[in-house]
Amino acid sequence: MSSQKISLTINGEAVEAEVEARTLLIHFLREQRNLTGPHIGCETSHCGACTVDLNGKSVKSCTIFAVQADGGELLTVEGLANGAELHPLQEGFYESHGLQCGYCTPGMLTRAYRLLQENPDPSDDEIRIGISGNLCRCTGYQNIVKAVRYAADKINQAEGAD
Amino acid sequence: MSEARELTLEEREASIGGIGTARKRKEDARFIRGQGNYVDDIKLPGMLHGDFVRSAHAHALIKSISTEAALEVPGVLAVVTAKDLEPLGLHWMPTLAGDKAAVLADKKVHFQNQEIAFVVATDRYAAMDGVQKVEVEYEALPPLIDPTTALDDDAPIIRDDVASNDEVGQGPRHHPNHIFEWNVGDKEATDAAFAAAEITIREKIAYPRCHPSPLETCGCVASMDATNGKLTVYGTFQAPHVVRTVVSLITSLAESNIRIVSPDIGGGFGNKVGAYPGYICAAAASIVTGHPVKWIESRIDNLSTTAFARDYHMVGELAADKDGKILAVRAEVLADHGAFNTHAQPMKWPAGLFNILTGSYDIPVGHVSVNGVYTNKAPGGVAYRCSFRVTEAAYLIERLVDVLAQQTEVDKAEIRLRNFVQPAQFPYKSCLGWEYDSGDYPTALKKVMAAVDYAGLRKEQAAKRAAGELMGIGVSTFTEIVGAGPVRNCDIVGLGMFDSCEIRVHPTGSVIARLGTKSQGQGHETTFAQIIATELGIPSDNIVIEEGDTDTAPYGLGTYGSRSTPVAGAAAARAARKIREKAKQIAAHVLEVSEQDLEWEVDRFKVAGSDVSMTMKAIAMAAYSNVPEGLEHGLETAAYYDPPNFTYPFGAYICVVDIDRFTGDVKVRRFYALDDCGTRINPMVIDGQIHGGLAEAFAIAMGQEIIYDETGNILGASLMDYFLPSAVETPTWETDFTVTPCPHHPIGAKGIGESPNVGGVPAFSNAIIDAFAHHGVRHMSMPHTQSKVWQTLNELGLNK
Amino acid sequence: MTPGVFEYHRPKAVDEVLALLGQLGDDAKVLAGGHSLVPMMKLRLAEPAHLIDINAIDALRGIRQDGAAIIIGAATTQAEVIASDLLVAKCSILPEAAAQIADPQVRNCATVGGNCANGDPGNDDPAIMMALDASYVLRSQGGERQVAARDFYEGVYATVLADNELLTEIRIPTPAAGVGMSYQKIKRKVGDYAIAAAAVTLAMADGRCADAAIALTNVGDTALFSSAAADAIKGTSVDAAAIDAAAQAAMAAAAPAEDLRGTVAYRTAMAGQMTRRAIVQALSRATGS
Repeated sequence: MSSQKISLTINGEAVEAEVEARTLLIHFLREQRNLTGPHIGCETSHCGACTVDLNGKSVKSCTIFAVQADGGELLTVEGLANGAELHPLQEGFYESHGLQCGYCTPGMLTRAYRLLQENPDPSDDEIRIGISGNLCRCTGYQNIVKAVRYAADKINQAEGAD
Repeated sequence: MSEARELTLEEREASIGGIGTARKRKEDARFIRGQGNYVDDIKLPGMLHGDFVRSAHAHALIKSISTEAALEVPGVLAVVTAKDLEPLGLHWMPTLAGDKAAVLADKKVHFQNQEIAFVVATDRYAAMDGVQKVEVEYEALPPLIDPTTALDDDAPIIRDDVASNDEVGQGPRHHPNHIFEWNVGDKEATDAAFAAAEITIREKIAYPRCHPSPLETCGCVASMDATNGKLTVYGTFQAPHVVRTVVSLITSLAESNIRIVSPDIGGGFGNKVGAYPGYICAAAASIVTGHPVKWIESRIDNLSTTAFARDYHMVGELAADKDGKILAVRAEVLADHGAFNTHAQPMKWPAGLFNILTGSYDIPVGHVSVNGVYTNKAPGGVAYRCSFRVTEAAYLIERLVDVLAQQTEVDKAEIRLRNFVQPAQFPYKSCLGWEYDSGDYPTALKKVMAAVDYAGLRKEQAAKRAAGELMGIGVSTFTEIVGAGPVRNCDIVGLGMFDSCEIRVHPTGSVIARLGTKSQGQGHETTFAQIIATELGIPSDNIVIEEGDTDTAPYGLGTYGSRSTPVAGAAAARAARKIREKAKQIAAHVLEVSEQDLEWEVDRFKVAGSDVSMTMKAIAMAAYSNVPEGLEHGLETAAYYDPPNFTYPFGAYICVVDIDRFTGDVKVRRFYALDDCGTRINPMVIDGQIHGGLAEAFAIAMGQEIIYDETGNILGASLMDYFLPSAVETPTWETDFTVTPCPHHPIGAKGIGESPNVGGVPAFSNAIIDAFAHHGVRHMSMPHTQSKVWQTLNELGLNK
Repeated sequence: MTPGVFEYHRPKAVDEVLALLGQLGDDAKVLAGGHSLVPMMKLRLAEPAHLIDINAIDALRGIRQDGAAIIIGAATTQAEVIASDLLVAKCSILPEAAAQIADPQVRNCATVGGNCANGDPGNDDPAIMMALDASYVLRSQGGERQVAARDFYEGVYATVLADNELLTEIRIPTPAAGVGMSYQKIKRKVGDYAIAAAAVTLAMADGRCADAAIALTNVGDTALFSSAAADAIKGTSVDAAAIDAAAQAAMAAAAPAEDLRGTVAYRTAMAGQMTRRAIVQALSRATGS
């Protein structure tokens, strides 16, 4: 079976690993790296629970092979907080009751993180479109939109104060 | 820092974070960091992976199963078939409904994707490699897909194994494909009322087969420890204790040698109540191989095999006078339970609590008849975010009331006001056998009508109609029956449906409490702590809630049917009150007063008419150091709560839609939801539950359906087709409330999680159908997909 | 759901891809965005022995003006299409359509080349490329040929692309200033293929439709180019009668199968309705009203 070496950065840490060609990125992260934040929900790239940030773009790690991330820079939900300090999005989800079962949350957070880089001051509709690749069965989305808005405001205020 | 001043009473109350507080959720801390612990996150040393070979056919004999090639696949260790399970007596399993279900197909397959063989391998890739190599030879049989033909004389017989049985666990039956017949109410009096009525309406209303589809599928890790014979199963179990008992009954392992652990669960909605072949096969494979074995469903497996909901084919009738006052209700229901009767209901209730069909209305007489049948479809019949079959009943009555309104030309809100059970009538005994404990329906509906300017909406609608546009206003005033349940009414495999809470107060005044329920996102770690906080005067932040480990939690029946707060929440309050009683004895002893002189105040016992008091925190320490003679040390207890009645949450919803008459696209312009769940423990969590339940109701009403073609192929069993709406499709919600406390619940709470699903679905349907009412349309079948709405538009010529 | 075993290739240059394709033929599959292929592999409905990942080849990416044509590299993602100032300014139908394809994450991977070459009638770009009269540049070791989008598709997942060929770029004749265009798509939800969709380009001169092209998505075995629908508005003032005639022609061209998106009658009617709406919007863009 063909396996090969890959090297990449995961949450700021340089990583070298041996993977089989067919290993999906989600399985590499969860099973070889013990990063179990990204989840598997649908396996057909519809639900977004497996969303991670690869080279500055949100992608669904269930539909990408680990070998494709070779040389890449990867961010998962585990890399969002700065030590004990939560990212404003994590804070927003907590403050706004933006999660219930928590299963979609890591993908939702990782996607929202990139969305706010792409559009730092999104309208509610833009947030809804921006997270439309992430399905949630619990919240009805309303509080997730609120949570992203909370984070955007907090980040923008902090930047305004600089 | 200045010297701490005495806190005011209000400040003390606020510092508790108890009932009524919009407390932020404790469980969020791990979820927002990606540190949740779901079953697929569990990795044990030497763990193997199992995957199923599944049936290509809906109905076929199995001529042979060839496993040799699969066993040659690198990484594959075993292929388990029914033949291998038979000596262990595990090839069939008993169901919660008194039937049995095949664990692995035994000579015959009964539905597409049925489990045939379990391939065990070193990892999930190798397991699937092995699945591909198992060869199954079939002899196809004619499939039975349409339940309305199930009882025909020439219908294919689905269950050869029980074909000649007089009953299959739920009373007499009269055809090999018949499962049960259930009647409730007074047939003769009902028929007489219909015969005499000025107005009768009759409507065929189907509630299609749908699926709860939580974002996390079902799965488990089974681990048999050969050294001590203990089987541990981590899994997606909404009711871990029931699973333990069932596993003990079917394996004859001592119940003490079985540990069931539900880790974090990624949503349940009824999907994770049942016992599935994957659990049994993983456990059997672990016993045989000596390794832990993991089984995780794919989404396709989930949608096509585990726990569908609904599939009720109903004919409902109302008799009324010309003013729309309802005189009688009658319903005939055909229930499609699929290939095995694995529906999850309290055992005495083959159609669940469907006799809540009277809804919020004072109906003098009624009769309901439900017949269950087998078909070549996946087995199940779970309550998808609702109490047992309550959503089907609520849907039927809310639709029928609208039909009656159209027939009598009474406004759809007005007809409800005319028929409501009035506040003074509670406790109200319904003609179908329930005693509604409390409610105030007129206040709720009037509040919603005022909030949305109902009269103004009707005026706008009239103008739109005149201009050829389609706008619909849907009203739903539902009543639920939840909190199963009173042990005299409710059991599962003989176990009464009580629930439990065990509380330990530590010496320094913090608490751990364990319950027999299991949160799947409802926020129990937060809200149960609030109940105990208020009862004990200990800050909720100092109360840890644990659920889901049968080795530590007291026995309980789990979380579904909105039963956690009504039953386990009551147990929590009861247990806390027992603790407080003991605390009072200790306080009296320490303060050297009699118990009669003590009164409770937020967080302490106070000597009446004086400043002398002892806080709960201080009492906790005394419980471990200074107790009166004859009293045991420690401050802990357990309570098992058998509710005297169900609870009856209710609500009034108004939904406004605009319909594109050329495409059939439905836009939800406004959705206003007022819920009354009695005492409100955490308003933030309640709103979250309502948002989520409404989003699910929207999904069901607008798109969710598990469809089979005529040969029994399941169609659309992936998230490409099965409708889980995204943030773009999902409307925004407005919430409101009234508070009518439950008179028999210790804190007056009724349960909330399922109301929005139960009440929401008819609100959407009623709105869409109302948009067409002026064209004489009385019913349109769910789900209201663009294609189906367009069909109505096209038939009426409105799309020209 | 996991894919079967395969050998992975990540060439850095197009010639390497062509060599591999020449050598491996139909044992190999080209991996671009992968969001059609990888799910099929996870279902084991596709089991290529070799995967040739073209994502490391910079020459296959990018959107540029080349004389009278706009060139889109085959490995350009839908997200890059949405972000392209050139396309927004000169060929807005493509970014407009891309925003209706799948969801943000998928658009970061999914490529224009994949969308065009896959042969799935549900893909959106083929109809648009037909309407724009784009050509596909197909290369093999034997050389290069250009095939018009209108001639590329043969059936469901069947195209004229040979096993040893790679779609390297798409050449779109730059629409003249003043050409109005629109892509109207009705779907069940985000991430879904179209129930039906219509791509329309049209140019007005002196109050008459001087030129028009109309193509349909997901209402046949391939995207459908309907000259009859375009002919119905050419030379007219694009009044209600002409639009109606075009919609009727589109419905006559449509031959959808019944599926979970709707009945044949519905999907046919939506082919007409989307055509109607796309013409109205293209017209208003062409006339600046």
